[in-house]
Amino acid sequence: MKIAVCINHVPDTAARIAVGSDGKSIDKTGVTFVVNPYDEFAIEECLRLKEKNGGEVVAISLGGDMHKETLRKAYAMGVDKAVLLKDETPRDSFSVAYALANYLKELNPEIIFFGKQSVDGDDAAVGIMVAELLNLPSVSTIVKLDVAQGKAIAEREIEGGLEAVETTLPAVFTAQKGLNEPRYPSLKGIMQSKNKLIEEKAPAAASSKVEVVALRKPSSKNAGKIVGTDVSAVPELVRLLHEEAKVI
Amino acid sequence: MKILAIVEQRDYKIKKNAYEVVATARSLAQQTNGEVTALVIGDNIPSAAAELGAYGASKVIAVQHPKLAKYSATAYAKIAAEIATKEHAAIVLISATAMGKDFAPRVAVKLDAGLAADVTALKIENGEINATRPVYAGKALTDIKVTSAVKVLTLRPNVFPAGTTNGATAAVEVVDVPLADSDFASIVTTTSQASGKLDVAEADIIVTGGRGMKGPENFKILEELAGTIGAAVGASRAAVDAGWRPHEDQVGQTGKTVSPSLYVAVAVSGAIQHLAGMSSSKYIVAINKDKDAPIFQSADYGIVADAFEIVPAMTQEIKKLLGK
Repeated sequence: MKIAVCINHVPDTAARIAVGSDGKSIDKTGVTFVVNPYDEFAIEECLRLKEKNGGEVVAISLGGDMHKETLRKAYAMGVDKAVLLKDETPRDSFSVAYALANYLKELNPEIIFFGKQSVDGDDAAVGIMVAELLNLPSVSTIVKLDVAQGKAIAEREIEGGLEAVETTLPAVFTAQKGLNEPRYPSLKGIMQSKNKLIEEKAPAAASSKVEVVALRKPSSKNAGKIVGTDVSAVPELVRLLHEEAKVI
Repeated sequence: MKILAIVEQRDYKIKKNAYEVVATARSLAQQTNGEVTALVIGDNIPSAAAELGAYGASKVIAVQHPKLAKYSATAYAKIAAEIATKEHAAIVLISATAMGKDFAPRVAVKLDAGLAADVTALKIENGEINATRPVYAGKALTDIKVTSAVKVLTLRPNVFPAGTTNGATAAVEVVDVPLADSDFASIVTTTSQASGKLDVAEADIIVTGGRGMKGPENFKILEELAGTIGAAVGASRAAVDAGWRPHEDQVGQTGKTVSPSLYVAVAVSGAIQHLAGMSSSKYIVAINKDKDAPIFQSADYGIVADAFEIVPAMTQEIKKLLGK
């Protein structure tokens, strides 16, 4: 079974975000970049599928040289091959999806995984766009996956519950937290990953359909009022919520 | 500008966020001298469909098919794109719900349209539409312009007003979209809804517990408070990673981003990744015994004290207020 996992290199969730000098992107100074957290669930699920069914897992990332760090982490976790679609210029979701779909068409995997969203742009769109471009079914935000006899049943999170989705294969899946517990790379895996080949390819060009006009910080509110320091403050708090904020 | 508003229904009930989408479409149409078509998809169309006229739809299109009893991303996307083309829609509005987020990117690709996902504000300037959307889980906002001729926008639930009704009804036109088996390559088989559980993404009030709750059993006091005020119970990443609460309750950058009218953070320290997910709440209350906890910097009202004393007292006080 050939399996592909598309991964991204993003600012750590603990990072503070500041606006860069162009007013359109973030200031990367001092920001630690990591494997997109949802992509770790995707990598783990692909490795489990391979362990069960045999085959190979190919990790693909589109971006600049710094994405190699994330591809090495994928190697350390156990993927068989890593490919960098090297492009330093920012792209919108469609343009990223177009380039990935182009490469995936050639690779022709039976299962394609993504994280449910990148925690930078938060579009949650690339994986589903890739599915559409390849004319494949997809199930997004999944927390469970069973693959058997050329089809899959996945459970996806919906408001206040879950829905089970049956799909033919090949298909695209996007991973939600809860799908599995990603493994820690072994020391041996980390050491070996340093010498593994990261194949570099030029991604297919596509024009963006979304233009960023500005990136800005949300207006921060002033720290509010400390109503009290013991249980005697409760009636006043409830009064404020009822009469001032009018929310209860 | 012609606008297509896609109406989400589950079990023949039109979801609240669908009214938000139709009302937002009306507001855009009013500013651009356009009109709104609402699209309802299903095996049987809810009787409430005609009432969408009261929220601003000048026409309601219903696409029916026995297999549409259950949601299918591929079929929904095909129908939405075909109707958008047939209606010459310049803008397609969809809710950024679990369902909407799942098929909107497909609609965008089919229509050769740019996608503005999870939009929280819209503005028309010189006849052009500008969208604002949170990125980095709300640590920053981007103002974007979709440059393609057709634009697909998904709207974050609970942000746009559902508007007022004017009592008008719209004619419901049933349109046939031919569907083959291959259009149902993926289809929902079963749906399990936790009975009566209010999802944090849909709730108007959220009571969230953090690491300071010390264990799963202590969330009971939060559930009692939540039950009194009709709130959902959320959890910080620390509480979820400790296994105290299911991950679907997690608020923050690797959980859900929420904007309720009231957010009560109980024994939550306020790590940056948590603040990112809830700081757009209208009112924030923080209860924490550590006066230096960062959560107080984002809170409108705070009590510096032990949550285990404050929360039950709050429940009692609110019960008194509500005459319960």
